[in-house]
Amino acid sequence: MVAEKENLVEVSNLKMYFPVKKGIVFQRHVADIKAVDDVSFTIKKGETLGLVGESGCGKTTTGRCILQLNTPTSGSVNFDGHELTEMKPADLRAFRSRMQMIFQDPYSSLDPRQSCGGIVSEPLIVHNMVKSKNEIKDQIEELLSVVGLNPSMAGRFPHEFSGGQRQRIGVARALAVRPDLIVCDEPVSALDVSIQAQVINLLEDLQEQFDLTYLFIAHDLSVVRHISDRIGVMYLGHMVELADRLELYDNPQHPYTKALLSAVPIPDPVAEATRERIVLEGDVPSPLNPPEGCVFKTRCSKVGCSGGDVTMELMESTPGHFVDSCVHSK
Amino acid sequence: MAALLEVKNLRTHFYTIEGEVKAVDGVSYDLQPGEILGLVGESGCGKSVSAMSVMRLIPWPPGKILDGEVLFDGVDLLQLEEEEMRKIRGKEIGMVFQEPMTSLNPVLTIGKQLTETMELHLGLTPEEATNRAIELLEMVGIPDAGSRLPQYPHQFSGGMRQRVMIAMAMSCNPRLIIADEPTTALDVTIQAQILDLMQDLCRQNGVALIVITHNLGVVARYADRVNVMYAGNVVERGSAQEIYHNPQHPYTKGLLNSVPRLDDTVKKKLDPIQGLPPSLSKPCLCQFCGEPQPTLVEVSKDHLAARCNADPNCVGWFPRDLG
Repeated sequence: MVAEKENLVEVSNLKMYFPVKKGIVFQRHVADIKAVDDVSFTIKKGETLGLVGESGCGKTTTGRCILQLNTPTSGSVNFDGHELTEMKPADLRAFRSRMQMIFQDPYSSLDPRQSCGGIVSEPLIVHNMVKSKNEIKDQIEELLSVVGLNPSMAGRFPHEFSGGQRQRIGVARALAVRPDLIVCDEPVSALDVSIQAQVINLLEDLQEQFDLTYLFIAHDLSVVRHISDRIGVMYLGHMVELADRLELYDNPQHPYTKALLSAVPIPDPVAEATRERIVLEGDVPSPLNPPEGCVFKTRCSKVGCSGGDVTMELMESTPGHFVDSCVHSK
Repeated sequence: MAALLEVKNLRTHFYTIEGEVKAVDGVSYDLQPGEILGLVGESGCGKSVSAMSVMRLIPWPPGKILDGEVLFDGVDLLQLEEEEMRKIRGKEIGMVFQEPMTSLNPVLTIGKQLTETMELHLGLTPEEATNRAIELLEMVGIPDAGSRLPQYPHQFSGGMRQRVMIAMAMSCNPRLIIADEPTTALDVTIQAQILDLMQDLCRQNGVALIVITHNLGVVARYADRVNVMYAGNVVERGSAQEIYHNPQHPYTKGLLNSVPRLDDTVKKKLDPIQGLPPSLSKPCLCQFCGEPQPTLVEVSKDHLAARCNADPNCVGWFPRDLG
């Protein structure tokens, strides 16, 4: 690891509850879906923090809350020393150019009626970063060549590109305003394996070139482990383990992390035959009605663990390795 | 041992506005009874179409099986009358589809959907069929099966629905199950549950299984033998051990180098395959020597790789759009 860097993003006690309403005229608030429930972590400048977990565990919502695309129910999001949750919309707008997002589906995240050049240059125009038409043209050319597309393709429309090329347009759009932080929400899940590798390499090269910080959200553990410096594992709205990429793989402590790692097959029949396998029973409980206490207790394999009276919180077990406190309790 | 399924030189083309798409263009493989075969490849390489052709589920128009033989237990399925084919589908060959959300009928109960095939193929009475349905659901690990029968698919989770699909495929004691991306829509922990279940059931009952997937890890974990498909052709075929430890075709090598592995010890750069797969509506010419059709050549015992006929020095038939 490089010398201790300062934090770019500090998230503390972040909660995002989506209300469930019933009734047509008088909408009664009947319940909350606890998409993110008391999550805290930091992202250092220039690092990649991976977030993994199964669908519905709140990883995307966490990313959206950092960008203030969802207004968190409570908690704080501190970006480079500025508190985002209490900021006025006009002030927030200035910060939006410093944090961008890359979306999962390259087919639905690009406007089909806008040309590739138009898509890439729109953030520049919105943030008043370009003055003349010539400057826009230069910027488009530069951005497209940075992401490995031919600048002469600027006039084409999204349907004329393949999935991998579209994702490159998405990357160019995020890069246009020269952000510090990019939230990558499952950027390669919709792509074929050979194309995945191209986009992953591109993201790594750009990070080096532009000194970017990534929050990399994905469900594919092999990809997350490849690209991240540190990895957080989420389950039902809670962060259950957070550690350095190698530490998390070599020394997983939470039973969910262990099961998740062992569920990912390795493309090698010999290695597969000798691996220890943990298969979790049952399904993830509904976030509308999560279990009391430890949310993992319905699938937990730990003997003698009731998990009923504990509160979910992260504890540092070894330096830099945080794990849910339930693991340490008797 | 006589092969259970033998596909010979299968060609399935689609006639579209943009021209003739050669989705499957001369595919041959065989499958022994009780064997698990992995069919890997990227989207559009023809892996699903080749499996659908075995079941004769290609809609005309636009698709048509032009040529080839599909010998199931010595009988050519492509020559059968539609009536006879219906006796094979669901009875001798079961199928598990990718989307557990859309492959079950939303307006029929789970019980109805399960018993329907058994009443048709096995001639069971409704009562016998219901009892067997309960047995099947318990076998695939659905608790409290009796009370789940009158429920509808929307009351089941994704993993549970895929279990129902497996129960349905197993219901008439088939000799072969074709699973088309059975776990792509599911989370990893559920994926492990479902695939372990399928593997156990097939091993116990001596059912052969074709798993179609794009996930190289899934194939390594579950398959005995592997077919790697690319651009409508099988480009490499062999035991899982051989394919992963001694890959011969440049595409297989490229695929294995382009995925990050969970057990990598050093962080190394991924080595992606340059370019894009070729369009199947144009002739697919090898990028190295321009040959339009590959031949499978034996590399070692039970391990074949695609080579070009014209140029013996070419490393393998590998058309690629490098534009």
